[in-house]
Amino acid sequence: MSTQEGLQIVLYIALLIAATPILGGYMARVFTGQRVILTPVLRPAENALYRLSGLDPQVEQSWRGYALALLMFNALGFAVLFALLVLQGQLPLNPEGWPGVPTWLAFNTTASFVTNTNWQAYAGEVTLSYLSQMLGLAVQNFLSAATGMAVLVALARGLARQSAATVGNFGVDATRAVLYVLLPLASLLAVVLVSQGVVQTLASYAEVTTLEGESQEIPVGPAASQVAIKQLGSNGGGFFNTNSAHPLENPTSLSNFLQMLSLLLIPAALTFTYGRLVGSLRQGWAIFAVMLVLFCAGLAIMLVAEYEAAPATTELAALEGKETRLGIGNSVLWAMATTSASNGSVNAMHSSLSPAAGGVALFNIMLGEVIFGGVGAGLYGMLIFVVLAVFISGLMVGRTPEYLGKKIEAHEVKLVIIAVLLPSACILLGAAAASVYDQALASRANAGPHGLSEILYAFSSASQNNGSAFAGFNANTDFYNIVLGLCMLIGRFGVILPMLAVAGSLAAKKRIPPSAGTLPTDGPLFVAVLLAVVVVVGGLTFFPALALGPIAEQLLLNAGRTF
Amino acid sequence: MLQTFKTTLLIFVALTLVTGVLYPLAITAAALGLFPDQARGSLVSAEGQVIGSKWIGQPTRDPRYFWMRPSAVDYAPLPSGATNLGLTSEVLISQMAARAAFWRETHPTQAAEDIPADLLSASASGLDPHISPAAARFQIERVAAARQLDAAQVAELVEAAIEPPQFGLLGQARVNVLLLNRALDALE
Repeated sequence: MSTQEGLQIVLYIALLIAATPILGGYMARVFTGQRVILTPVLRPAENALYRLSGLDPQVEQSWRGYALALLMFNALGFAVLFALLVLQGQLPLNPEGWPGVPTWLAFNTTASFVTNTNWQAYAGEVTLSYLSQMLGLAVQNFLSAATGMAVLVALARGLARQSAATVGNFGVDATRAVLYVLLPLASLLAVVLVSQGVVQTLASYAEVTTLEGESQEIPVGPAASQVAIKQLGSNGGGFFNTNSAHPLENPTSLSNFLQMLSLLLIPAALTFTYGRLVGSLRQGWAIFAVMLVLFCAGLAIMLVAEYEAAPATTELAALEGKETRLGIGNSVLWAMATTSASNGSVNAMHSSLSPAAGGVALFNIMLGEVIFGGVGAGLYGMLIFVVLAVFISGLMVGRTPEYLGKKIEAHEVKLVIIAVLLPSACILLGAAAASVYDQALASRANAGPHGLSEILYAFSSASQNNGSAFAGFNANTDFYNIVLGLCMLIGRFGVILPMLAVAGSLAAKKRIPPSAGTLPTDGPLFVAVLLAVVVVVGGLTFFPALALGPIAEQLLLNAGRTF
Repeated sequence: MLQTFKTTLLIFVALTLVTGVLYPLAITAAALGLFPDQARGSLVSAEGQVIGSKWIGQPTRDPRYFWMRPSAVDYAPLPSGATNLGLTSEVLISQMAARAAFWRETHPTQAAEDIPADLLSASASGLDPHISPAAARFQIERVAAARQLDAAQVAELVEAAIEPPQFGLLGQARVNVLLLNRALDALE
């Protein structure tokens, strides 16, 4: 790795750390309804939206009411997106004349975008009309991100309040997330991306004659506006098939750097927002520290694996599935960021990474997307592990587990365990089922352990709402469209609903003042405990599967074995 | 319950219109107003004819032009794609051997060990418009011979075409093959 590439990585991490308190502080003010710099412009719009929909922003909801509004909101999104995809052939803004999307693929795509996964079993430039991308997918990019942020804010309120019956108003939280956070950032990023060469037009594809006299069709479309929110909202669904490896989706090194930064920007900043909302900035930074340690550790392993490829042939193959303008360093950094973040966009093909690097990417996903994670979802995912860590620590020292002054009782622990088990069960049971079902096995593009990795990656990506893939895998079969679609829905709402229940239960409790026996959750000891819990729980759950897939593949590669 | 549904429905519709209609149309208008060339695909012309996009590689087989990286879709953009082969794949190894043989046979004056890695590997998009500076230099002699030009002249063009990392820091040095080939044609 050259000094220049190393400097890029250092700059990236430094900017992420620097942006966290700035954006985090801004978001904390937004969600508590305080004045911010954009208030003069956006408050009238916000109030207009409330008036038009009959929403009283002063009315708050119990966790059940909040969850109901959330589910209705997402169900409406599901219905509209599904309709847009299936009826695509008869709707306008379809200059290439793509027909309606087949039913199960439409189901899978709809489930995917509503759950912030953005798993794409299709190639955008030959399947979707501009209307489907703009009004269907991009809208869900905004709304699913807003949903994730809302759940986090509700959970923070549950911790911050005491003896309270309400956790907030879903409509208000979602609207504020969209208007004050996502739209401004996306608009700015989109225009900068266009300046770098990302396309943004409603014209039809351009037919050109190449230098050597052949004809070539250049796909275009309203990509920049979608790419901006794809990155900022931890969505990941590319406009084109090869996502941000495609030169019209990610042309320059600056567009690459900004897209990578946007990947983790909001998730990282939300740790500071969380700290503000619960009244302890140290707590927010402690969680940020855990995430940063996991990020740097994973990144280090991936970089070594990619730069120090074993046999001589693999050294030359290090650029397979990578773009010249990006190189190895940027491809690895993006791969680490996107699998930490539940984003799932790619700028290189993960299937062609060395097995160890691909294994780290897979492990990041399996851990539950808690290394910064998705917007909102990453932090409430990490809070699952915080509750577990507090619980385990309390058991070890014989004290009642408590977090931020709230007792953690059997009720909360049960809910948290459901939230951990459901996605993990989907991954392991789903991959197991697929690996004994011939039709499912036929989707593999690689022989040997890499084929198993493809299957594992698909189920992990769906169940933990990441969306990236080992892309040789043929996911556009009825089996995978249906089963992965279900995994995405279970992985998303099977975590959201328990966490909202936890929010409600915590909100109702009284706060206990700290005593000599209170376990501090904002110091280095807790950071270490939390790190251990995340790695051990994830490791124990998935080590056997990883041993058969990426670990076996790397060891065999080192021994010169091929398949 | 019904009241919740009504409110949620209306908020959903409102946010859909804002994010799905207002936002993309506003961005499209801004894009076409501020950066029209980029917004439309950065199309490149030579002698008044559009010859392609700056960002989309083209299939090149004529020995008078610089050639591109291997591509899993042979530079046909619909759809973009990669090989997605893992490093233990025998298919990948035989593909790389075939690529190495191709570059050796077409560049007999160059040493086989000198074939740069990017010329032996397929890109992620299949449409990569760039090659590394080393890959461009590798091909200078062949291009100069095919065009009966002085190798030094071609080398000059290549050096001029090398784009350094952006701001001296971001990304890799690269050569845009289409722009280089266009400059070559303009020489004559």
